[in-house]
Amino acid sequence: MSEPIIRMTGIEKAFGDVRALKGVSMEVRVGEFFSLLGPSGCGKTTLLRVIAGFEEPTDGNILIGGRPMDGVPANRRPTNMVFQNYAVFPHMTVAENVEYGLRVRIKDRNERQRQVDDALAMVGLEGFGARHSHELSGGQRQRVALARALVLKPTVLLLDEPLSALDKKLREQMQSELRHLQRAVGITFILVTHDQEEALTMSDRVAVMFEGDIAQLASPQDLYRRPVDRRVAGFIGVMNFIDVRVLGAVPGGVEVDVAGLGRVVVPAEQAPGGTEGPIVAGIRPEMLTVLFDDSDVAARVTEGEIDEVQYFGDMTYYDVKIDGIGKPVTLAMRNTAGRRVLQPGDRARIGWGPDSVLLLR
Amino acid sequence: MRTVGKLTWLHVYLVVFLVFLYAPAVLLPVFAFNSSRVVAFPLSGFTFDWFRLLLDTEPLFDATRNSLIIAVITAVFATILGTFAARASTRYRFPWKKGVMGFVMLPLVLPEIIVGVSLLVVILQLGLNLSLWSIILGHVLICTPFCIAILSASFQGLDRSYEEASHDLGRSHFATFMLITLPLVAPGIIASLLVSFTISLDEFIIAFFLSGTDATLPVYIWGLVRFPQRLPSLMALGTILLVVSLCLLVAAEYVRRLGARRTGTEASGGFL
Ligand SMILES: Nc1ncnc2c1ncn2[C@@H]1O[C@H](COP(=O)(O)OP(=O)(O)OP(=O)(O)O)[C@@H](O)[C@H]1O
Ligand SMILES: [Mg+2]
Repeated sequence: MSEPIIRMTGIEKAFGDVRALKGVSMEVRVGEFFSLLGPSGCGKTTLLRVIAGFEEPTDGNILIGGRPMDGVPANRRPTNMVFQNYAVFPHMTVAENVEYGLRVRIKDRNERQRQVDDALAMVGLEGFGARHSHELSGGQRQRVALARALVLKPTVLLLDEPLSALDKKLREQMQSELRHLQRAVGITFILVTHDQEEALTMSDRVAVMFEGDIAQLASPQDLYRRPVDRRVAGFIGVMNFIDVRVLGAVPGGVEVDVAGLGRVVVPAEQAPGGTEGPIVAGIRPEMLTVLFDDSDVAARVTEGEIDEVQYFGDMTYYDVKIDGIGKPVTLAMRNTAGRRVLQPGDRARIGWGPDSVLLLR
Repeated sequence: MRTVGKLTWLHVYLVVFLVFLYAPAVLLPVFAFNSSRVVAFPLSGFTFDWFRLLLDTEPLFDATRNSLIIAVITAVFATILGTFAARASTRYRFPWKKGVMGFVMLPLVLPEIIVGVSLLVVILQLGLNLSLWSIILGHVLICTPFCIAILSASFQGLDRSYEEASHDLGRSHFATFMLITLPLVAPGIIASLLVSFTISLDEFIIAFFLSGTDATLPVYIWGLVRFPQRLPSLMALGTILLVVSLCLLVAAEYVRRLGARRTGTEASGGFL
């Protein structure tokens, strides 16, 4: 693997008594789409601002492109930022906004003009150069902010929740545009978001943050399939947590007794955080199936009663009451051709297996 | 019916209030064009004499020039100081901030006579001569708090991310201040210039204490009041001042709205 574009070690940041960052260490690879994901107040923005140079870390150091960044101010870092509110300068036109950072770098006016035009074309804003920010929609403003940052060809582009102010449809459109743009320009993107779906669909890798530290840094698939603990598991997608008792290690895994479901041997890789201390069993909704016909088989079968039904068209989510499990268990079924939708009160046979179960600390 | 009664009383109150507020100002132009030397009704005829008389009054021009010089320099200095103070107080945390800002704002409530007398004592003790500059000093002192109050509102309304974005795009703090901060708080700066200019222009007590041989306009006018026969030309002078300040106010409001329209912000508040 090549040298990381950003390497952080032991980054601490305190605001008075508040420890916003508690020794964050991580590496970001060249050209990847990297996301910082976490609940509100976990320190995502602070970490991004430390990278950008707006906040001086209390401790720890940071290398960008192999260069130490101690004491390097924001205007001399090879990073550019797209702000949450876009911060498009209201007293300048779109073209002047995009040209703003270039003016000190490129003396030749024609060359500058050409680059501004290219940048505006890249984000699909040809012909908008003469407008002011109040004459633009939210999505267009965001494109201006993108063009303004990308025209400087930063080593790393930082984006602080750039999509949170947009409505759902526009947000989804911008998600795919951002992804395409990132592939096209090949610049490393670091995106801050509290929307796990956004992080999973857009990123090459995601760092999940809780309370000022990174809980897990992994690819979207690994995050979803192998969360290191129950906090991460609960934050990414839907997860059923069920009480479990560890019976002991056996060849090929750990034997456990899952409340309501019974004994099962769980393969070792499905306990990514180990089985020391208090653990809980985690089962994703799609890892449980309703066995509609007597001929349907599964490794393990249990009985339950449908409590609630949520119909999404392509999928149906059932909350199923199973004896021995306190809370109804959520289960997801694809609505394939001819498949029935059960009603609350229906009894159903539920299929599962050893590979359905994650053991989480 | 109670509500109607209430409304009527409020109406009466409003009318009385407005009459007290504006009647004297309306009387100014009326008597400025009245041909009688006595300022009293009934009016005797129309004349431009009092204005003509003003044109022949040499000391009036000196006083006006002095006042304008003082007001302009005061407005510029007070606004510059106010800009720095307002920015510091809204952007930075520093030790004893509350105390320091309280001290800076104190002249707002300090009786002017105290400022005037104490400055006079200090200047004389230092062995300096009274001049226009001593008045400017006093005026800057009392105007700066007003400027800070006006500009603090502007800086508070200025989203910090604009400055950060500019810095992030490779510009120095100084360039950011000149290219982003100042244009965005320009309406506040214009208001601050205007307010301090106006305060300085008609300030009397400090100017009276600190003027040496060069009188300002208010001090000169005060001198005139003692001569009843000069009263009509005083009215003419007052009329000119009234018109000038109205023009200034309208111009400032126009500029402010222009700025607001350019940045697309709501053109609410302001003077008119
Ligand atoms: N300038 C500041 N002064 C004091 N405390 C701050 C400051 N900036 C952030 N904090 C605190 O640091 C913690 C992390 O804040 P941060 O803004 O990084 O969270 P976040 O993950 O971006 O949250 P959100 O999703 O709500 O934007 C919070 O507890 C916050 O109150
Ligand atoms: Mg944030």
